[in-house]
Amino acid sequence: MRGMRAVTALFAVVLVVVAGCAPVEEQGPAAEGPATAGAGDCAKAALKTRTPGKFTFGTDQPVYEPWFSGDDPSNGKGFESAVAYAVAGKLGYAKAEVDWVRVPFNAAIQPGPKSFDANLNEFSITDDRRKAVDFSTPYYDVTQAVVAFKSSPAAKATTVAALKEFKLGAQVGTTSYDAAAKQVQPTQQVAVYNNNDDAKQALRNNQVQAIVVDLATAFYITSAELTDAVIVGQLPASGGKAEQFGIVLDKGSSLTRCVSAAVDALRADGTLAQAEKQWLAEAGKAPKLT
Amino acid sequence: MSAPSQLHLERLAYKRSRARRSTVVALLSTVVFAAAAWLTITNAPGWPRVQESFFDWEAAKKSFPALLDGLWLNVRVLVVCGILILVIGLGIAALRTLRGPVWFPLRALATAYVDLFRGLPLIICLYLIGFGLPGLRLGGIPNDPVVLGSIALVLVYSAYVAEVFRAGIESIHPSQLASARSLGLTHAQTMRIVVMPQAVRRVLPPLLNDFVAFQKDCGLISVLGAVDAVRAAQIESATSYNFTPYVVAGLLFVLLAVPSSRLADWASRRAARRQNAGGPGA
Repeated sequence: MRGMRAVTALFAVVLVVVAGCAPVEEQGPAAEGPATAGAGDCAKAALKTRTPGKFTFGTDQPVYEPWFSGDDPSNGKGFESAVAYAVAGKLGYAKAEVDWVRVPFNAAIQPGPKSFDANLNEFSITDDRRKAVDFSTPYYDVTQAVVAFKSSPAAKATTVAALKEFKLGAQVGTTSYDAAAKQVQPTQQVAVYNNNDDAKQALRNNQVQAIVVDLATAFYITSAELTDAVIVGQLPASGGKAEQFGIVLDKGSSLTRCVSAAVDALRADGTLAQAEKQWLAEAGKAPKLT
Repeated sequence: MSAPSQLHLERLAYKRSRARRSTVVALLSTVVFAAAAWLTITNAPGWPRVQESFFDWEAAKKSFPALLDGLWLNVRVLVVCGILILVIGLGIAALRTLRGPVWFPLRALATAYVDLFRGLPLIICLYLIGFGLPGLRLGGIPNDPVVLGSIALVLVYSAYVAEVFRAGIESIHPSQLASARSLGLTHAQTMRIVVMPQAVRRVLPPLLNDFVAFQKDCGLISVLGAVDAVRAAQIESATSYNFTPYVVAGLLFVLLAVPSSRLADWASRRAARRQNAGGPGA
């Protein structure tokens, strides 16, 4: 019975393989209840970061103004870089104890182990997304805005409905795209680009008549990059619910509570408002589309 | 015909029992493998999350209409570009195989074309054509990302296909050309009547292989703003941070590739049969 022996042997080999792929130890459940950044179970010594004694932030490459500056997240310049260092500071990490890794969008949201402790890259909080990742409490209220060249007929729009007839563009994977597709509901399919650089190029080429970006990016584009372009207006919040940016953490991360506590503390002591003032233009100056 | 001998019957029965036994062993080992793979995957600590991220039935259903819309764009680009690539590729291959010093400029041009577009990464060609051409703001240049993307695809893939055709043309033994010419056929007639029918038959399998590769690459025009099936999956996936739409799009592409793969198998079997027709073992 050579065949049967072979099957038995195979079975044994398979058992060994299954045992070899034994589960990796998972972290325990996160603690419950209120947290204070930098104290108690959120004290620096208690935090289970990837590298003990260091806090690793992730963000995409490249990163854009005004959220970061010069594609260098570690210089503390730009709104999100400033927020990241402030959060780390609240948790007890000095500037030198903060590391940055560059993580593409899909790698940040995939279900496997993450290469970062927390990730800032203009991630909008939605309930759907909460099923896949943890979000900190929000650190920024965002509105979407429409940008077009002054000479374009799209620049004359004062209502959302007036934008329907134009070819719009947006970056893939953003709530800007959702706003373009679902709020404006244009008659032509929204063109989708890998990043805002490609969207801007398409706008320059008149392949799209207007692009949708978040308001802070819109201010940066119209003031520094496409100076012939204007902000046509801000789109009203979809479903009447304000859109907010949150810090992304691994689903079930033990750090989420502490990072949220740090963000809450920064909001309470005015640091967030101060950073907004320093790095982001005033939202009030852009017209609102009705 | 005498009745089969006892010995022959025994031999047949033995053969049958061996065959049954082989089937049982194959079945058993397949079941063991499948069970082990299944257990390993489903017992992994991350499995619930992977299942949720990649195999979420609700997310699949929700994304399906958008993916089909995207796939329809893929299919249209595939058909139109496929035909253009065949024609242009064949033309370039013909230019490259021209003989005689008079044709040197054309030969050189065709060679340069193949060198350039076979070497140029598709994505860069897409950017140059898709964002560069309309940036010139000349009259008559199309502005549609699908048209521009298709131009880039045709440029790159016809360079590949030209080389496949050329390999076919050059695989025809020189004695065939010599005999054709000695019969009084011109170069053009020789190519048309003698060389091409044999060359095309010979390269059909590699051509179909390129076609299957092209099925997947034609979606790259999405970098220019068009929404193909993969881009549609990306959009769906970004709204929920769920990867299921990618899996669904992948399955759709596999389904699209199956007929081409079977066609390629059939074509290579037929080519092999004809090649050996009349020879030993035919």
